Amino acid sequence: MTSPVSTARSGERRADLRPTVFAGARIVDPSRDLDAVGSVIVAEGRILAAGPDVLNQGSPEGWEVVDARGKVIVPGLVDMRVFLGEPGHEHRETFVSASAAAAAGGVTTIVTMPDTDPVIDDPALVDFVLRRAREQSAVRIHPMAALTKGLAGQETTEFGLLSEAGAVAFGDGRRSVASGLVMRRALTYARDFEALIVHHVEEPTLASAGVATEGEFASRLGLPGIPREAETIMLERDMRLVALTRGRYHAQQVSTSDSVEVLRRAKERGLDVTAAVSINHLSLNELDIGTYRSFLKFSPPLRAEADRQAVIDGLADGTIDIVVSSHDPQDVEMKRHPFAEAAEGAIGLETLLPAALRLVHDGRLSWSRLVEVLSLAPARRLGLDAGRLVPGARADLAVIDPDVPWVLDRHELNSRSKNSPFEDARFVGRVVRTLVDGRTIHSRPA
Amino acid sequence: MRSTSMTSKPSTPPTPAFPHRHLLGIEGLSPLEIQALLDKAEEEVQVSRQVEKKKNVLRGRTQINLFFEASTRTQSSFEIAGKRLGADVMNMSVASSSVKKGETLIDTAATLNAMRPDILVVRHHAAGAVHLLARKVSCSVINAGDGAHEHPTQALLDALTIRRHKGRIEGLTVAICGDIVHSRVARSNLLLLGALGARVRLVGPSTLMPAGVDRLGVETFTDMRKGIAGADIVMMLRLQRERMTGSFVPSVREYFHYWGLDQEKLSHAAPDALVMHPGPMNRGVEIDPEVADGPQSLISEQVEMGVAVRMAVLEALAEHLPNF
Repeated sequence: MTSPVSTARSGERRADLRPTVFAGARIVDPSRDLDAVGSVIVAEGRILAAGPDVLNQGSPEGWEVVDARGKVIVPGLVDMRVFLGEPGHEHRETFVSASAAAAAGGVTTIVTMPDTDPVIDDPALVDFVLRRAREQSAVRIHPMAALTKGLAGQETTEFGLLSEAGAVAFGDGRRSVASGLVMRRALTYARDFEALIVHHVEEPTLASAGVATEGEFASRLGLPGIPREAETIMLERDMRLVALTRGRYHAQQVSTSDSVEVLRRAKERGLDVTAAVSINHLSLNELDIGTYRSFLKFSPPLRAEADRQAVIDGLADGTIDIVVSSHDPQDVEMKRHPFAEAAEGAIGLETLLPAALRLVHDGRLSWSRLVEVLSLAPARRLGLDAGRLVPGARADLAVIDPDVPWVLDRHELNSRSKNSPFEDARFVGRVVRTLVDGRTIHSRPA
Repeated sequence: MRSTSMTSKPSTPPTPAFPHRHLLGIEGLSPLEIQALLDKAEEEVQVSRQVEKKKNVLRGRTQINLFFEASTRTQSSFEIAGKRLGADVMNMSVASSSVKKGETLIDTAATLNAMRPDILVVRHHAAGAVHLLARKVSCSVINAGDGAHEHPTQALLDALTIRRHKGRIEGLTVAICGDIVHSRVARSNLLLLGALGARVRLVGPSTLMPAGVDRLGVETFTDMRKGIAGADIVMMLRLQRERMTGSFVPSVREYFHYWGLDQEKLSHAAPDALVMHPGPMNRGVEIDPEVADGPQSLISEQVEMGVAVRMAVLEALAEHLPNF
């Protein structure tokens, strides 16, 4: 059983005065190319030291020493695509439940999506999210604000005032901005505030009728298809607009080999673009839908195995920058429908790291690259002080037992919704302890 | 000897200071021609300040103000200017929504031309419409604003206002701020001020900045405080209502917060900086009322100079009118 320590980050953050030493762990900090066995010392909420040689003299009297041999210590994960139910759909997920799920998954910073009710398109609503987060969440929460008012795709939001209020990026969540004119102006205007434009890359008219990737599998199941080109066309359009406007751009989720090629060319041209892939598209392919498993209905839909392999390669070689959970709680009622009528999305905060570890165990990603795509790269892209284990950094970190085998039991999930695509899945490796500001917000008894 | 040699030369009339039949834009005017118009306008200021505000250089002439786009101040300014010079002035407003453009514009021109006016003052919502009309009539044409292209008398009156206060244009730093992309005032001003040796800066959000404008010899800024830092003149532009919410600018409050001229932002300009606005103003959108009505504001003086400049232009063009 998990035992999250659900302490909110409100009020004065009293870190343990006593320094804590995590001794004998493998420390992975790609910000300084560090992957070595050593110790991490946490004091007053910050990293005092982390590395192989920090405890040559032994630890001083009075320090708490944690035996971390066999464990891996990484900077806390930064998940930049998380849907909450709050405000508006608290029965799906609240700040409290999402925070517990994040802590259990080693995620110490989450970026919340603006598709709530009301939509986060006003500075007062950014204030609301930040205030609730301070009061109720043990992990850091940074809101993404809507790109257009009401997510309607017509009028851009107040990028300046929203940034000042604390919005870290601008996107229309699950929706694409169909109008090239609006996207062009948004990229142009965002430049004046160095704001990041985030986009769901799916050409909406091509995608409108479909629920699965067009092809043999969807045809066998009799499901209406979405051509892969829906993603390529929108991504290609956006790359042209980024070149025109010299804006800052991030593609929320890419999932096809063609998208990897489009991104590769854009980066070769020197455009300020990044892209993420969701853990679902890295872990699953369309065949996993099997007999209409609606928990595996996503937007974009799961792809063929060749596409999955291509995005893994793209992630490994740096074309794709970031991995997100795309945590999207849906109550079971919205999922227990015929596949085509079921809601899209799945929870993922707690399974993000274990599922990504499969790529490490399979030799597709190094530990260092894994930590980069899950923590350092999103932190850098968003300009957040996170993702590093350097002296002086805030002590947000995860302690991982990399070799423990386990089976996901949905009843153990902290998320208020249980729509996991990994129900009963077997994993190797999980988070055993999570710290934010040096305080333990989650620990799993050995 | 000398006097005989002079008289033996064929007698040529003196070259007029303004050798153009129309005033369609600032583009194409030489600095000397601009200075000559400003000098002329300086005299007209005195005329307008007399009890007897009347000259007779345009006596017997017909001036038609043909406005395809609603205007209060420009139209009345041209009307007063014409009347002070003795012309018979007729105002004609054409509701643009009810006309089929191109065809009707030329039809209208032919009709008016048949009435034998001497000067047509034209405003039109489409760039280039005044040029088109000028080719179809036999009288002089003054552009009173065509689309987002040019508004030459506005630039001249701004220059006159600046020159009277600063004694010069050359070497001054002028920041033109706001909705540049839709502004004919900005285009005419940057041409004129540039021609007379001012350093012109354009300041506004990137969505309201015309593409490639940095190649017109101006500096561009998106940060208002940096853009007006040390400026001698801060010239604010009107933000059209339909552009206040949408994808150009998200809201009035955001626009005012970052690009509206208030006392704080103005404090970054030169201590003796002067504030201008072509009008009509949106108080609280592009300019704080406190600044608009403050001691650094030249906004009402611009209106007075408008009449003088239009008198000068009418008088300059009158030199070319046929005298038969």
